[in-house]
Amino acid sequence: MIQLKNVTFRYPRRKPLFSDLSLELEGNHIYGLLGKNGEGKTTLMKLMSGLLFAKEGSIETLGEKACLRRPKMLEEIYFLPEEMYVPSISIQEFETIFSPFYPRFSSEQFHNYMELFEITDFRQNLMRMSHGQKKKVLIAFAMATNCQIVFMDEPSNGLDIPSKSIFRKVMASAADEQRMIIISTHQVRDLHSLIDTILILDQGEILLNAPVEQITEKLLFKVVDTEGEAQTALYKEDTLRGIYAVFENINREDSKMDIELLFNSALCNRDKIKEIFSLQK
Amino acid sequence: MLKEEKPIYLQIEDYVCEQILSGKWPQGERLCSVRELATQVEVNPNTVQRAYTELSDKQVIENKRGIGFYVTANAIELIREEHRQYLLSHTLPSVLKKAKLLNISKEEIMTIYQNIEN
Repeated sequence: MIQLKNVTFRYPRRKPLFSDLSLELEGNHIYGLLGKNGEGKTTLMKLMSGLLFAKEGSIETLGEKACLRRPKMLEEIYFLPEEMYVPSISIQEFETIFSPFYPRFSSEQFHNYMELFEITDFRQNLMRMSHGQKKKVLIAFAMATNCQIVFMDEPSNGLDIPSKSIFRKVMASAADEQRMIIISTHQVRDLHSLIDTILILDQGEILLNAPVEQITEKLLFKVVDTEGEAQTALYKEDTLRGIYAVFENINREDSKMDIELLFNSALCNRDKIKEIFSLQK
Repeated sequence: MLKEEKPIYLQIEDYVCEQILSGKWPQGERLCSVRELATQVEVNPNTVQRAYTELSDKQVIENKRGIGFYVTANAIELIREEHRQYLLSHTLPSVLKKAKLLNISKEEIMTIYQNIEN
């Protein structure tokens, strides 16, 4: 659904963020886009959605050149930024004005999601709502558009504790066969049960692009008791339960992926991780 | 929210089996849909789908095309047998190994076992 070929990008008077970046995203996944601050997660999503233009290379989203911003593409993508701009109008007016851009928008779904988030007064002025409340409205709106691709930049930031749980429920119920969701996040604990494919962006390249199933096939996440057992680990951390370590999964054991541990392992062993995951292709 | 250290799809399998064993989801009845369960436990629907597929392979549940997943007629028996096998091949050996290390005698273990029976 999204194809980047040899993309080069830089902001004016800064060193290149991406040079020769290629990436292909397919299927009905919920992608977790991970990367340190300033690695270009937001930039990458903006490039994919046609909000920024690549200096070189090509970006195709839903079969269209993203930079042309054709309506045919725009009506099938929704971008929820971290800092949201909302006009000074009511929720009701927002729906009336913006929903016609999305042919498969469902008012019923929008109201259902809003009800889950416990926002019932549609006459409220969006601009006067708190950051968290605005975010809930836009999450509900984004999922109700039924767009084929939804980009979310740090969606769980600013949500209170119960709302994070509701957010997961909304996402789980809205994810379906025809929809790709790309979530950039640092709040991995909020989202680890939703994300089914991991993208790690580091030093201008895609260090890892793999479904969770494949990750747990190739890597083993395990608590061991002694340093000796952790000797072959790719990465380890001391915890109260013992040494929490990541190994190459030689005996095909089942384990539960820990996104933070995976991320740290990947950054500490860039070449090894690339090697482990390139054998597949 | 699921919290254990098992892969999420296995936690979902366990959850489904518990519901069946406790009789909350009776044999022969329809399960919640993939989406319903995904929403309830806040996980990716693909993960629930994987758990359902594995449970179908084990014949604990079956997919009736176009209608949904159903608990099979002998689901409870199958789940009990699997738990039995797991206990015999994993849990007991590891507990007994620890007991041996701590010099706990067979007799002491037998006493505990018999006390449970009574």
